[in-house]
Amino acid sequence: MKKTIKTTIYGMTIAGMAASSASAACSNDVWNKVMERGKIVIGVKADYKPWGYRDDSGNLVGMEIDMANDVAAKMGVDVELVAVQSSNRMQFLEQGKIDMMIATMSDRADRREIVGIPGPNYYTSGTNIMAPKALGFKEWEDLRGKKVCGKQGAFYNQITEERYGVEIVAFTGNAEAKQALRDRKCVAWVYDDSSIGSDLSSGNWDDFEMPLSSEDDNPWGLGVPLAETSCVFGNFMSGMQYNWHRSGALIDLEAKWGIKPTAYLQMQNERNSDWIK
Amino acid sequence: MEDFFRELAADAPRWNFIWMYEDRQQAKILSGLWMTIKLSVLCLIFSVVIGLIGAWMQGSRSAMVRAIVQGYIQFFRNTPPLVQLLFFYFALGQFTPVVVGADGWTVEPIISNVGWAIISLSLFAGAFNVEIFRSGIEAVPESTVEATESLGFSRAQTYIYVVLPLAFRVCLPSLNNNLVNLVKTTTQAYAIAVPELLYHSVTIWNDYPSAQYPTMLMLFVAYIVLVAILVFGMSRWEKAMIIPGYGR
Repeated sequence: MKKTIKTTIYGMTIAGMAASSASAACSNDVWNKVMERGKIVIGVKADYKPWGYRDDSGNLVGMEIDMANDVAAKMGVDVELVAVQSSNRMQFLEQGKIDMMIATMSDRADRREIVGIPGPNYYTSGTNIMAPKALGFKEWEDLRGKKVCGKQGAFYNQITEERYGVEIVAFTGNAEAKQALRDRKCVAWVYDDSSIGSDLSSGNWDDFEMPLSSEDDNPWGLGVPLAETSCVFGNFMSGMQYNWHRSGALIDLEAKWGIKPTAYLQMQNERNSDWIK
Repeated sequence: MEDFFRELAADAPRWNFIWMYEDRQQAKILSGLWMTIKLSVLCLIFSVVIGLIGAWMQGSRSAMVRAIVQGYIQFFRNTPPLVQLLFFYFALGQFTPVVVGADGWTVEPIISNVGWAIISLSLFAGAFNVEIFRSGIEAVPESTVEATESLGFSRAQTYIYVVLPLAFRVCLPSLNNNLVNLVKTTTQAYAIAVPELLYHSVTIWNDYPSAQYPTMLMLFVAYIVLVAILVFGMSRWEKAMIIPGYGR
């Protein structure tokens, strides 16, 4: 019985991998498809201001959308932006609904088994909370046993649950989770420090603060189809990211979108800067 | 058993049945399953009660009462259950009385998200049940009702002792359908963070992308089994209630 189950599952896995088994030979399927079609479909966030969000007229805008447009421009193709969520972005890419994604994804080992994440990482952020000033949290331990709102799909939900014994109430979208915090249904909202920082500076959260020291600083990665990580697509995106760091384009974008400057981008810019000035 | 799944996860990276060997994930699945069962059973009971009362009110002599029932049916039958859940929890939830927590800032609404899910899903399925029971009631021959009147039954007595037992037998198949749908609709409570089976499953495959296929498979099997139990019970009931010569 065991053997049968195992064989069946292997069979399914092998059938599933048949398409990607050509990876060693670099068939560049998606890359070629994009070039032939003259259009690249890029997955971006629509609920993560100011990296990816909708402006007043409903258009997707933000720092990562600027990056996506730059990618399409350098490839010489048109761009179609598709709004993805944390809980479906990898599946969209895997199933070919999008050709690549720049969607605020933290670069994690288990994620690299599903999607291709070429280096160097273009950004980094840590985990922090947005909490009402009235509660005066000082350290993570203060949260033990309390209800904290979160977002389905964020990797640090589990970490904070296990490390500090908080009770995560996870919503499908940022808007719902933050509404729940406003409604006082939880004591805090656990998320990326960079995103919380821009929320706080928006002026809509005056009674709230980001009181803790950020934890689990984690680089972000953009995603390409797994089979093409070390082929044309992956290498091209590595080049894009390298040049963004080298030219300081990301630092400029940070400033453009009003994001607090991160030491990471500064460090990458210095490390990769041109020796000929 | 545990070792087998551990081995499988190592050999086949997309088939990580993590909840078969890791206690924490297993506990999530089990508590999710338990929440789904609680949600289903409570909503089943309330929706049937709402259906019975609604159908009875529909036969009322007062036009006002009939209009209220009609309005209720139109509202709940014609809007998506997901929209109802979000509306109840976020919009109506603001107006319910609250208990201030120990820290003096958080508030605990008297009706939790689980409470709203039960209310909203019961009202949703109840709207359909009213119509289902009405179809059964209308199938009861007029002459039978007249016979009870001549025997001196009151309207309530006629409803409880004669009309309802007969109507029940007629509408069981469609009631069955609606209740099956209700069990499946409980997954939508996921949107307001009710920790039911889908909520925990999504959490698990977000934390462990390698566990996605097995967890989806488990979801299918779980709902097939839950619905099968319901259908089995309902058809047993249907058989037990057969009156020779009536219905079929």
